[in-house]
Amino acid sequence: MDSALIPKGLKRCSIGKFYLGIALVGAVVLWGVYAMLLVWIKGLNQTNMNDSYGFALWIWADLGIIALGGGAFFTGFLRYIIGKDELKNIINYAVVIGFVCYASAQLILGIDVGQPLRGWFIFWHANVHSMLTEVAFCLTCYFGVLVIEYIPLLLENRQIDKVPFFHNLGHNMHEIMAIFAATGAFLSFFHQGSLGGVAGVLYGRPFAVREGLFIWPWTFFLFTWSAAAFGPCFTLFVTRLTEKITGKKLVKQNVIDLLAKIAGWMMGTYIIAKIIDTWYWATVTAPSKGFTFMDFYSDNSFYGIWILIAEIVVGGIIPALILLSPKGRSNSTALFTAVSLACIGVLINRWVMVLQVMAHPVMTFENWFLYVPSWQEVATTILPVAGGIIVIALSYRYLPIFPQEKELNP
Amino acid sequence: MKEEGKHNKKAKKYGMVINLDNCTGCGACMVACMAENNVPFKEDESDKLDSITWMRVYKLANGESYPDADICYLPRPCMHCEGYHGHSPCVSVCPAVATDYNHDTGIVSQIYTRCFGCRYCMGACPYHARYFNWWDPVWPEGMTKYLSPNVSARMRGIVEKCSFCFHRHQLAMDKAFLEGRTELEENEYQTSCTQACPAGAITFGDLNNPHHKVNQMVKPDNKHGGRPGDPNAFRLLERLGTNPKVYYISSKEWVRRAGDNYLANEDRTVQQH
Amino acid sequence: MLPFSFEWVWDLSHIVFMGGLHYALTIISLGMAYCILKAVVDTKQGKGGHHH
Repeated sequence: MDSALIPKGLKRCSIGKFYLGIALVGAVVLWGVYAMLLVWIKGLNQTNMNDSYGFALWIWADLGIIALGGGAFFTGFLRYIIGKDELKNIINYAVVIGFVCYASAQLILGIDVGQPLRGWFIFWHANVHSMLTEVAFCLTCYFGVLVIEYIPLLLENRQIDKVPFFHNLGHNMHEIMAIFAATGAFLSFFHQGSLGGVAGVLYGRPFAVREGLFIWPWTFFLFTWSAAAFGPCFTLFVTRLTEKITGKKLVKQNVIDLLAKIAGWMMGTYIIAKIIDTWYWATVTAPSKGFTFMDFYSDNSFYGIWILIAEIVVGGIIPALILLSPKGRSNSTALFTAVSLACIGVLINRWVMVLQVMAHPVMTFENWFLYVPSWQEVATTILPVAGGIIVIALSYRYLPIFPQEKELNP
Repeated sequence: MKEEGKHNKKAKKYGMVINLDNCTGCGACMVACMAENNVPFKEDESDKLDSITWMRVYKLANGESYPDADICYLPRPCMHCEGYHGHSPCVSVCPAVATDYNHDTGIVSQIYTRCFGCRYCMGACPYHARYFNWWDPVWPEGMTKYLSPNVSARMRGIVEKCSFCFHRHQLAMDKAFLEGRTELEENEYQTSCTQACPAGAITFGDLNNPHHKVNQMVKPDNKHGGRPGDPNAFRLLERLGTNPKVYYISSKEWVRRAGDNYLANEDRTVQQH
Repeated sequence: MLPFSFEWVWDLSHIVFMGGLHYALTIISLGMAYCILKAVVDTKQGKGGHHH
């Protein structure tokens, strides 16, 4: 029925099966929209946040999906600036995934602020000294870049491409994509970094604060670095998942191998930097404020030393070693395990840099603050994930996302 | 950020000294603050994690057992941190300039109509002095008549905190202006909690003015981030570098030590000086 | 964001931050303007109609 929209020569599942799946995910979207409306109409009292937990699940979700969405800017950087030409076979999907991640982040931020109608104050009355201002500006601009990168893909739809103007527009945008990609990389560098800066500048919070270079705390550079390392892992993770769901090989192994290898090197170097940063913070920064390292990992029922081990060893060192070994990369189970662990690792890092910061008591006469999100918070966090699945599914069905698909599935 | 007062020799540094030896923990300061500043409340105020208390009295215990057990009450307003040159933890992070450090008075303001409720300042404040309006304020019937006309009520979705009763400063300055003066007497500008304390535990004034009691009580050393000269005086979490303008006095070492974090082998007096 | 908002100060922080922002915005908008205008011209010249 919709065969006129499906790219020529490619096989897709039946329309009934496809839209049944979309409907199931759509139900989750509706649940999320209901929660979102509750929050917008009734206010943030719908959440389990409180005055000690001003930043919670949503900010973690924002930081997490932006780190995972980092695959778009870094793959674009490698393809257009460094000139890794093979990556043209995965860049489209990286762009779609990045687009979904950044759209989700924008939506969650719109729900998260207490007075959404005043959201434009962050731009108009910008405090240029605040890391959050830098986040807002670069994030919004970069989302614009992602839209620009996504449009030519849309225009490649069989029916849209028939319109000469759209065909020409798409062609012209492809021609100068390197300029957009470079701007995107520039913006990404700053907003990924400033998201790290958000925690690193909190000098009233010994768990978060870091020394740094000029106005940038070390977390600034660690976040940019980790987004470049772990973002491509998420691209590979979703690609592999798509291959499993569709039952087709979509990207050639040499392309996967190249991206995985680069991610491995980024991750390996990142994790060394992260260990040095943690070591310095634990032995110099924190003690200078009267804290021992274990003060941050004891006296409470959740945040133990396990979380640091999970982040650095399980979600960092192990996936980095797998991705760095040619054997690990060529074994599809090992590769999938590695990129999955990596995604979990970066999500733990973002969690710790938001929620553990809030949980740890700074005044000596206070106790740890623990928080469990309300269902409204959970639903509004799942909402963009479900929405993202729909966007990705529609994009895959109707757009020629994978240039090698036809060749791999004759 | 406006920094007119930076090089102004007449710049004030309003601050507070709270003598914990005198504090009985009665909570009159909290009540006075709420009434003075139209602080909203809920029917059930038992969950202190989402109720608004600009001034909050904490109960500290030394953790010893009888007969050495001891407690101390510690009132905690906003510390009006100066940080390093007005770089207070919360002011520097606000993305929309909704909170500002006034270099003329040393007061950290909160602009309710500018705040859009991102709550980054709350995350930045180690004292939990900042509160979010999770609900719109609801006043019991007839109570709106008792609200102070000098302080705007706040709406849902924004952050608020102690302002050192800044409206009182404005009123006092207006009065002085009409009388042809530019300077205030010490007693012309006092916060509500200071006046309400039955034990006289709270003293308020200009820390820069050697004639003011607050200056005489703690002898702040402005060359070294305002650290107190009096050996019994301390500030909360001084080691973080927040440079707060609320000083505490206690004759008990365990209370002074509870004001900040120290490693087990650290000597408090050495670390502070 | 613009020098018209009252908290604007012509200091280094504003020049660097806002300079970077407006630089990026200019590149993005000029790039898009070029693509759209060229597409209009191309279409008028009859390109893109029968490419397959």
